[in-house]
Amino acid sequence: MAENAVTPIAPAAPPPAAASARAAPAKPAPALSVAPGPHIASGALTTRRMMLDVILAALPLLAVSVYLFRQYAVFQIAISVIGALAAERFFGWMRRRPNTLGDLSAAVTGLILGLSLPASAPWYVGVIGAFAGIGFGKAVFGGLGQNIFNPAMVGRAFVMIAFPAALGASAYVAPTLGVDAVTQATPLTAFKMMGSVAALKPLFLGMTNGSIGETSALAALIGGAYLCWRGTAAWRIPAGGILALAILAGASDLTGGSPWTFAHHLSSGAFLFGAFFIATDPVSSPLTPKGQWIFGAGFGALVLLIRAFSGYPEGVMFSVLLMNSVAPLINRWTIPTPVGGPAPERK
Amino acid sequence: MSSESSTVLSPPGRFAGGVHPPEHKELARHAAIEVLPPPAELALPLLMHTGAPCQPVVQPRAEVVYGALLADSDAFVSAPIHAPAAGVVQREGVATLPNARHVKTIPLKVGPHQMAAEELMADMFGGEWPEDGIADVAPEEIVKAVRAAGIVGQGGAAFPTHVKLARNPKKPVDTILVNGCECEPYLTADYRVMVEAPAPVISGARLAARAAGAATIIIAVEDNKPEAIEALRAAAAGDVKIMSVPTRYPMGGEKQTVRVATGRTIPTGGLPLDVGVVVINVETAAAIARAVWRKKPLTHRVVTVTGGGIAQPKNILAPIGCRYADLVAFCGGLKPEAGRAIAGGPMMGFALGDFNAPVTKGTSGLTVLTAEDVRRAAETPCVRCGRCVEACPLDLMPTRLALAARHKDWNLAKRHHLMACMECGCCAYVCPAAIPLVQLIRMGKVQMMKEVGK
Ligand code: SF4
Ligand code: SF4
Repeated sequence: MAENAVTPIAPAAPPPAAASARAAPAKPAPALSVAPGPHIASGALTTRRMMLDVILAALPLLAVSVYLFRQYAVFQIAISVIGALAAERFFGWMRRRPNTLGDLSAAVTGLILGLSLPASAPWYVGVIGAFAGIGFGKAVFGGLGQNIFNPAMVGRAFVMIAFPAALGASAYVAPTLGVDAVTQATPLTAFKMMGSVAALKPLFLGMTNGSIGETSALAALIGGAYLCWRGTAAWRIPAGGILALAILAGASDLTGGSPWTFAHHLSSGAFLFGAFFIATDPVSSPLTPKGQWIFGAGFGALVLLIRAFSGYPEGVMFSVLLMNSVAPLINRWTIPTPVGGPAPERK
Repeated sequence: MSSESSTVLSPPGRFAGGVHPPEHKELARHAAIEVLPPPAELALPLLMHTGAPCQPVVQPRAEVVYGALLADSDAFVSAPIHAPAAGVVQREGVATLPNARHVKTIPLKVGPHQMAAEELMADMFGGEWPEDGIADVAPEEIVKAVRAAGIVGQGGAAFPTHVKLARNPKKPVDTILVNGCECEPYLTADYRVMVEAPAPVISGARLAARAAGAATIIIAVEDNKPEAIEALRAAAAGDVKIMSVPTRYPMGGEKQTVRVATGRTIPTGGLPLDVGVVVINVETAAAIARAVWRKKPLTHRVVTVTGGGIAQPKNILAPIGCRYADLVAFCGGLKPEAGRAIAGGPMMGFALGDFNAPVTKGTSGLTVLTAEDVRRAAETPCVRCGRCVEACPLDLMPTRLALAARHKDWNLAKRHHLMACMECGCCAYVCPAAIPLVQLIRMGKVQMMKEVGK
């Protein structure tokens, strides 16, 4: 915590004549500061507190991931977080910036990246992903607040292209690890390849294979509810996403389109994790309430389209990155009209 | 007292955005108005209203009585200045007002014989305030009396009231809206006036309606002041409507009050007059009644001195021209934890560099916050969270305005309506990145006017 620049001034003594009329304040004068208003702030949220909220909200996901993937979850997350912190410090040093680890944004990037990796990924995947995410995703744009794309997703996309074998669908099946969860293909892959439809209950609870943080819809809902309640996440984004998914998947359900129903879409893969934790990254999502609805809806629709029509079983990462790229445009489209109409042109 | 008493109305409109900071009105809300003993010297600024400055009409060393005219102007948009106490005029001085403006002053050495405190209170707020006979007063007479009394808006902007009340055939007025919202945290001056002196407020509101030709009179009070609503309701007859509006900052801002109380939206860059409304502050209404019925000028006003850094928070009837130091001394001085002194309330007030500035007609309070109150987290880059956008009561995008101001990008500023900002501070209040949004926007407006405006 640093304080505003404080200009200490001594309260001037009352004019001598006035002082003689009454007793002047006898105590030594406290130092008063001068600063522009407003002089109070809500303090409910600070940048650091928002980041801390994301970490707190991720605790249910962490618990499930450790339960399912044991030491591999701990390992992936630790590697990614340490990598992200090191990358933040490294690029900060290169750009001659003060230490920004304290704002916790790098820790959050590392955490989200770690949660989105498969348990079997080799150690360098997390490290390289973190450096790519913080470097290409954030530092080149000018640091926190300047980036267009979600740094964690940039990092993940980078390692996915660089090490396709370590992140492809087959990487998720790793019986040699000795962990039950990874003996089978992920539910989305199983459906895509073999058309086998997972049971809803384990899907919702997260007792399935997947990226280490994405498996449990329930955990994502709990953490997401906390984020929305705190105001750290703009609730309109997940709401828009779920709504779009519901409409598109629901329409297909009604026409008897696919055995993979709306409920399957909602509970499987990284959809809820992405909707609540990744798409809601404030920096790379729109500013206006209307824009947040559009962004969320676009995210939900893209996830469904990629799952249904592309070669990939899952589309959360691409959907986030695609929507990130249009967020500046959405901001421009949704500039609200001021109350009372536009400011008149000055003569 | 008329037979039928008023009922309390609910508002027809609402405004989106805004914030609800901790009110802290408890510090001073129960402190009955006290009269400040006249200090040895007063300094009356020649410009304490919006408009043309006044010129002195008295010479140095002249002896003046209480209420004597000290300075006036030929300009229409201006308001004369009167002596708040009997005394001797001194050589012209200068003072720095809290908004950092330097103004000339008429210093007045206060004489030994002054009105007793009770007498002054009774003269300001006590006694009978005629209910009947308002229809017999010519509208022009009211406007003239208001002009002669030097009445300006006491809510803060200090716009000369007679200008608002003078009828303009092109802009007919149908509603007088008395603003008793007092939405700034801490301040309780208007509240005390409504509770202790509802009669002159109501009488003044009727006179204003008569002057402006308005058929509807609404007194809007935030619902965190039920005692004030009840006092006004009990004192008002059916033609004066008391309205309870939600407690939400900046409810007392003109655009918001008008929108909520009448359902009408003032166009950007326009005035309440554009939608047929004249807004006056509660104390201004009381001053109008006093000017018309008692022929007394505006020489005193109620000032709240409050905050965690003040020994004894009070509501003070203070002579215009007394110094903030006099107020502080009357309230037992500062506490050691005092960290910032603010002319006005914490949202829109100005931090004081010292306590030498004089109280003006627009001074609503002195809020002394503790060092803890004004502590902030370090500023970080904007995280584009959009909270400022949600909080802005005018539906602007504050982060964009600040960005435009920082980069002097006047096209961006125009696209986001920089000039529409009313500097209410809601955006900076909620910003998690602790960005001084209002300061940036304010500087941006000044710069933009210089570079592209005329
Ligand atoms: S509230 Fe602050 S951090 Fe959030 S968008 Fe506005 S300026 Fe940026
Ligand atoms: S200060 Fe201006 S931009 Fe900020 S909330 Fe108020 S009107 Fe909106």
